[in-house]
Amino acid sequence: MQKTKQRLLTGNKAIAEAIRLEMERDPNVLVMGEDVGIYGGIFGATEGLFQQFGPERVMDTPISETAFIGAAIGAAAEGMRPIVELMFVDFFGVCMDQIYNHMAKIPYMSGGRVKLPMVLMTAVGGGYSDAAQHSQTLYATFAHLPGMKVVAPSTPYDLKGMMISAIRDDNPVVFMFHKTLQGLGWMDQLDASVGHVPEEAYTVPIGKAKVVREGTDITIVGIQMTTHHALEAAKKLEQHGIQAEVIDLRSLVPLDRETILQSIKKTHRLLVVDEDYLSYGMTAEIAAIAAEDGLYDLEAPVKRLAVPDVPIPYSRPLEQFVLPNADKIFHEAMKLVNE
Amino acid sequence: MVISVDHLTWMYETMYKIRYYEDKMAEAYAEGKNPVFNIGAGPVPGEMHLATGQEPAAVGICVHLKKEDTVTSPHRPHHHAIAKGVDLNRMTAEIFGKVTGLGKGKGGHMHLFDPDVKFSCGGIVGAGIPHALGAALAAKKKGTDWVAVAFIGEGAANQGAFHESLNMAALWNLPLIVVIENNQYGISVPKSASTSVPSNDIRAVAYGMKGYYVKDNDPIEMYDVSKEAVERARKGEGPSIIEIETYRYLGHFQGDPELYRDKNEVTLLREKDPIIRMRQFLITEYGIEEQRLIELENKAKQEVESAYQFARESDDPNPEDALNDLFV
Ligand SMILES: Cc1ncc(C[n+]2csc(CCOP(=O)(O)OP(=O)(O)O)c2C)c(N)n1
Ligand SMILES: [Mg+2]
Repeated sequence: MQKTKQRLLTGNKAIAEAIRLEMERDPNVLVMGEDVGIYGGIFGATEGLFQQFGPERVMDTPISETAFIGAAIGAAAEGMRPIVELMFVDFFGVCMDQIYNHMAKIPYMSGGRVKLPMVLMTAVGGGYSDAAQHSQTLYATFAHLPGMKVVAPSTPYDLKGMMISAIRDDNPVVFMFHKTLQGLGWMDQLDASVGHVPEEAYTVPIGKAKVVREGTDITIVGIQMTTHHALEAAKKLEQHGIQAEVIDLRSLVPLDRETILQSIKKTHRLLVVDEDYLSYGMTAEIAAIAAEDGLYDLEAPVKRLAVPDVPIPYSRPLEQFVLPNADKIFHEAMKLVNE
Repeated sequence: MVISVDHLTWMYETMYKIRYYEDKMAEAYAEGKNPVFNIGAGPVPGEMHLATGQEPAAVGICVHLKKEDTVTSPHRPHHHAIAKGVDLNRMTAEIFGKVTGLGKGKGGHMHLFDPDVKFSCGGIVGAGIPHALGAALAAKKKGTDWVAVAFIGEGAANQGAFHESLNMAALWNLPLIVVIENNQYGISVPKSASTSVPSNDIRAVAYGMKGYYVKDNDPIEMYDVSKEAVERARKGEGPSIIEIETYRYLGHFQGDPELYRDKNEVTLLREKDPIIRMRQFLITEYGIEEQRLIELENKAKQEVESAYQFARESDDPNPEDALNDLFV
């Protein structure tokens, strides 16, 4: 058997490579944010870019999110293609007006005459005791507000391909990367944070979910980290004779209803797992899709697993209690298939 | 200005206590993170921002404060908390994520709340300034002479909340003092690359308030200008900004590779350490016996040691407690 040699990259390097390729291709692409320069981004998403493109195209900003995200909007309207980094998604609070009242609405309010080809890149996720103001994912908060595409890739391959799609998209795209899937040396080391990434530029379409494991007994839908937890749970379920199908949502807006509905047609059971808060969130949205268009395919009620509507606590036992993990998914799935 | 020996010795002892506390925290934080650093491992996980080198800012103003005065602090809060008199046992237990902590383990190092001494801090840059503004408003409405102090880094002075709050403080003539610790960096970005003016005290003119500048991390100078700012605030003479030139000896957070600065920078700074300078100053200028200083140092160490012991011996919270305290 012949084995082709695969180039492996961490998540952060995959993102940085995507940005580098697009910056080489298009002089209108520029990067702004806190510590995106010499530091290379706190989570490494702009690693090496400052060294190659210099301070004119990779700009460290003051801690003035309203101003620099607003400036990205203004520059995008002028035909630039800015990538702005909001260091942690949790910090959206200081600048959300620019994001949802302006970035998300200007194209619509202008009747499509103003284009904002920008990317708002931001780090999400917890699990390492960074507490309530630095551990959220807030997927649904962004997905809820019309006018921005929202992506949340979970593998180095998708991080690169979706970043290139995001940069080339003429619409504002919120690009969320999960801290622990960046493959950084100072966080938990996960196999999933390293993966095959081709050298050349390629795109992964925005708006398509991916079946990452085929199965017949239950559909488990995950987003970023919970996809990987679901895959781990699926292995254990297999030992109990249960074949789980796992879907990586990848794109929150637009949401790929079809892939979910196709899957439950086959498995008749649905478990949705989210690292975001439970209520009013992505799990509810997907459950609603199943109820609206897949109800007669279901043989059991939809189950949801997510953060039980409290802020993320600091102390390890508290945080582990509220976050979903492979074990919790396994137990929920076992209950569901036995219903 | 002649300073009372009580004030001087309190400042010295408190600076010493802060330094000792932070040094011990650096050690505790490193536990479980060797040989491979993992931010989530060990008895103290998560981000850790230490204030080693920044002691003068905290003690120089807190010496003028009373229990009823409010202090808000940012993500680098230990020196402020200690100088404001936060319960050291419960603060340390909180940082160790224990049920005996100030927030029963829910808050952690960036989110310490001690309403008994009116101290709070938070992880969002600039967010504490409006809270102090509100405390100053309440002090005025209640007819007290209480003041509110917001500590921030120089990086936070470019956040909208700073400018909005200062305008309101001056407009409503509130007893607010914003202390800006210019430790030269916001993470990796030097002040020169983030701030359009050489120092933030000159921005005071734009709001119609008083601005002070303290050079070279000097606790005595900090004492002097803070005394004036606090007295003015108590008398209803309005808000002020104090910027102090200070130094961050360690990385932005523990584990910061610090590739953005010369390794030699900190070695040079440590040579003019404010604690050593203050010790010398007390002996030569005020004739305080060295023995007296050693006693203070030992007392400070002991207090810190027992706080760490308390923290380590305390219990973890029950996992299900995560669901409590959302609403009171
Ligand atoms: C609104 C917001 N933006 C960004 C951050 C990330 N962040 C945390 S500390 C920091 C630098 C703060 O610099 P400074 O105010 O000078 O305080 P220092 O860390 O130097 O004490 C940044 C950018 C944050 N916590 N909140
Ligand atoms: Mg600073």
